[in-house]
Amino acid sequence: MTVEIKTIDFEPKRQTFGHVARRIGEGKPATRYQEAVLDVQATANFHYKPLWEPEFWQYDEGKTKVVMEDWYKPLDPRQFYYATYNISRANMNQSNERNFTFVEDKGLLEKLPQETKDVLINRLIPVRHLHWGANMNMSEICQRGYGTAVTSPCIFSAGDHLGMAQIIGRIGLELDGQTGDGLETAKTAWMNDASWQGIRKLIEDTLVLKDWFELFVAQTLGVNAIVFDYIYNGQDDAFGAASLPISMLTEFVSDWSKDEVKWSDNVIKVVAAESAGNKATVSEWAKKWIAAAQDALTPFAGADAAKAQADKVRDKAKKLGLEI
Amino acid sequence: MAVKKMGLKQKYAHLTRGLDWETSYQKMDDVFPYDQFEGIKITDWSKWEDPFRLTMDAYWKFQAEKERKLYAVIDAFAQNNGQLNVSDARYINVLKLFLTGVSPLEYQAHRGFAFTGRHMRGVGPRIAAQMQSLDELRHFQTQAHTISHYNKFFDGIAEFQHMHDRVWYLSVPKSFFDDARAAGPFEFMIAIGFAFEYVLTNLLFVPFMSGAAYNGDMSTVTFGFSAQSDESRHMTLGIEVIKFLLEQHPDNLPIVQKWVDKWFWRGFKVLGLVAMMMDYMLPKKVMSWKEAWEIYFTEAGGSLFTDLERYGLKVPKYADVATEMAEHISHQNWAVFYQYTHAAAFHTWTPDKEHLDWLSEKYPNTFDKYYRPRWEMWAKMDEEGKRFYNMALPQLCQTCQIPMAYTEPGDPTQIAFRCTEWNGEMYHFCSDGCKDIFDDEPEKYAQSWLPVHQIFQGNCGGPTVPDVLNWYRLNVGADNMDYVGSPDEQVWNSWKGKAPAEAAE
Repeated sequence: MTVEIKTIDFEPKRQTFGHVARRIGEGKPATRYQEAVLDVQATANFHYKPLWEPEFWQYDEGKTKVVMEDWYKPLDPRQFYYATYNISRANMNQSNERNFTFVEDKGLLEKLPQETKDVLINRLIPVRHLHWGANMNMSEICQRGYGTAVTSPCIFSAGDHLGMAQIIGRIGLELDGQTGDGLETAKTAWMNDASWQGIRKLIEDTLVLKDWFELFVAQTLGVNAIVFDYIYNGQDDAFGAASLPISMLTEFVSDWSKDEVKWSDNVIKVVAAESAGNKATVSEWAKKWIAAAQDALTPFAGADAAKAQADKVRDKAKKLGLEI
Repeated sequence: MAVKKMGLKQKYAHLTRGLDWETSYQKMDDVFPYDQFEGIKITDWSKWEDPFRLTMDAYWKFQAEKERKLYAVIDAFAQNNGQLNVSDARYINVLKLFLTGVSPLEYQAHRGFAFTGRHMRGVGPRIAAQMQSLDELRHFQTQAHTISHYNKFFDGIAEFQHMHDRVWYLSVPKSFFDDARAAGPFEFMIAIGFAFEYVLTNLLFVPFMSGAAYNGDMSTVTFGFSAQSDESRHMTLGIEVIKFLLEQHPDNLPIVQKWVDKWFWRGFKVLGLVAMMMDYMLPKKVMSWKEAWEIYFTEAGGSLFTDLERYGLKVPKYADVATEMAEHISHQNWAVFYQYTHAAAFHTWTPDKEHLDWLSEKYPNTFDKYYRPRWEMWAKMDEEGKRFYNMALPQLCQTCQIPMAYTEPGDPTQIAFRCTEWNGEMYHFCSDGCKDIFDDEPEKYAQSWLPVHQIFQGNCGGPTVPDVLNWYRLNVGADNMDYVGSPDEQVWNSWKGKAPAEAAE
């Protein structure tokens, strides 16, 4: 049985905006993602060259060496616009928040022996600074990049990294009894401990990159796929009894990385597939930044683990159509 | 074991300020290459007071809740054909102006705050700017979604994105934001964060949203309510930025004062579009532009600048001229669009008697004397089949890009002209304010993409008006011309069961 409410039908003159219709075909209804993203960035008739970079317009395809006939080809398979992004993150965080309550109630971190806490403070908590560097990179790609299809997910990603840095900060505060001392110790490790210096140098080297798509490759295939992946998934032995509560408290990070990679892999794949020139350029960058990330991880993880981690990413890069 | 709880402020500092570090493998000046050249001196970034303490988890939670509610209303609005409930289809022209002229600025703000959110050296303002970047993306996207339903039934909306980059009057808001985007990070924060979001937002955002509320536009007004808390955060950031810069170093004062003067004047010229919307386009009026100016600039702005006096900051230069112009600007602007209705992507009309009476009442000093006779004459000409069109392309002001139609301060019968010779060329301006801005940075403003010059140079689709309109993707006979006789009017009357009014010749 169905119930049908009688409504008045009004014949629409058109289904969507002109710039969207020209992409999806006249007379077809558009999705919210399409109306929120397609052709949104201005492309023509800019008025003034930026005082801070007069060689380019504020939106300028020349800010990267790769060339796309259309920067709305690398779309987001998650179809994120602001609403769906925030709702997704609020949901992911709600689950993470329950885990915080659970771990706090059971005292799962508090009860850990001091030496385990010290391992976490020295080998996990400093990663919040790496997230902060990643946040800067994703904001940079958002501001420098071309086309809303690529740039809008970047500000989402920047928000994600800030959120993850704050989750790690909260874990640090749990470990140090809410004094902040553990965060200070972790920062000292980030600044001075030999094990972190490769990683810190890696992220600082990315902070000065001018080509935004090279930065995208360095961040996603180097920093994300090699360094973050190892820090969160490669340290179970070192964390020992803490590895379970830590996986619970970083459930958000693990959800995020599965989600992010769907999008970032697609961007690289589509851009590399555009032309032989792009493929060569992106492959070159991937080679360079995978190698740099491997070197960066070596003092932290040891040569074998760093190589294994980097080889995994080299295989993945080949699957994305790159020549490594 | 009792855990000693740290205060919220301290905890927030750990979760934000604590993240930053002094780079050593790369020079800090290379990591932040753009925050020195403007001459602003920051001696201690840690003195920044976080205007709101929002961690990302809280941000996602609040914003997700607001979005769920907003989209539920947008869906219900579409399902129930909420467009039938607006006061009159003339109102839709307000939405056309908003989507073509204002929403693309929200997008520009998104990218601009991503820039300052990356490139200011202090972590506190950077995080606040990033959140604003996210918010501004939200505003663009929710506005597109809100107005999308109207686009299905009314003309003049569909090509908003294409038009924003091309159409003559849209170069006014576009150049305003390009100007801010082309400036350094501190000037951007003063231009958009302070002048636009703090000083002038009540004269832009609020009139559009109140107009929606008064005219039965549930979709847009729900967006307005939903964005209110974002806007208050943006205002708090704007005021914090200016206080911070002024507290950091006395040398910052003259630079900041110059920016406040400039961006007040730039903003005031853009707001002329809002003035015209409030006085002429809303079927149900909220208040007059003059009243809005008195409440939101003269009074609220007055107390703001009194508060900022302790830093040595003065009321923006030419604020008195802007206040005098509040008596004229809406009338002069609507007259421009009435004359160029064939080249505008929204409909125009002459005010009817009731509307004229309202304007006479609201503008006792000027309306009957200068403007009412003109409207009555144009209405009469229209009746006689001689509707007035201006077929000459107007001269534009080099700075604000508005046609040179504004009058002299103190003499509303005389068009104001100013000019400057620079680099062997003559540049023209509508006002002292616009001329000063040019004279201070001629290299910048000499670059302006002036629509009329571009047409004459052959860069806009061809030499004739139809060529240009075609290049604008302006659907002649539907998007432009008077409301009476338009397809918009026709569809509205068919829904309302009214006979079509006599079309103007």
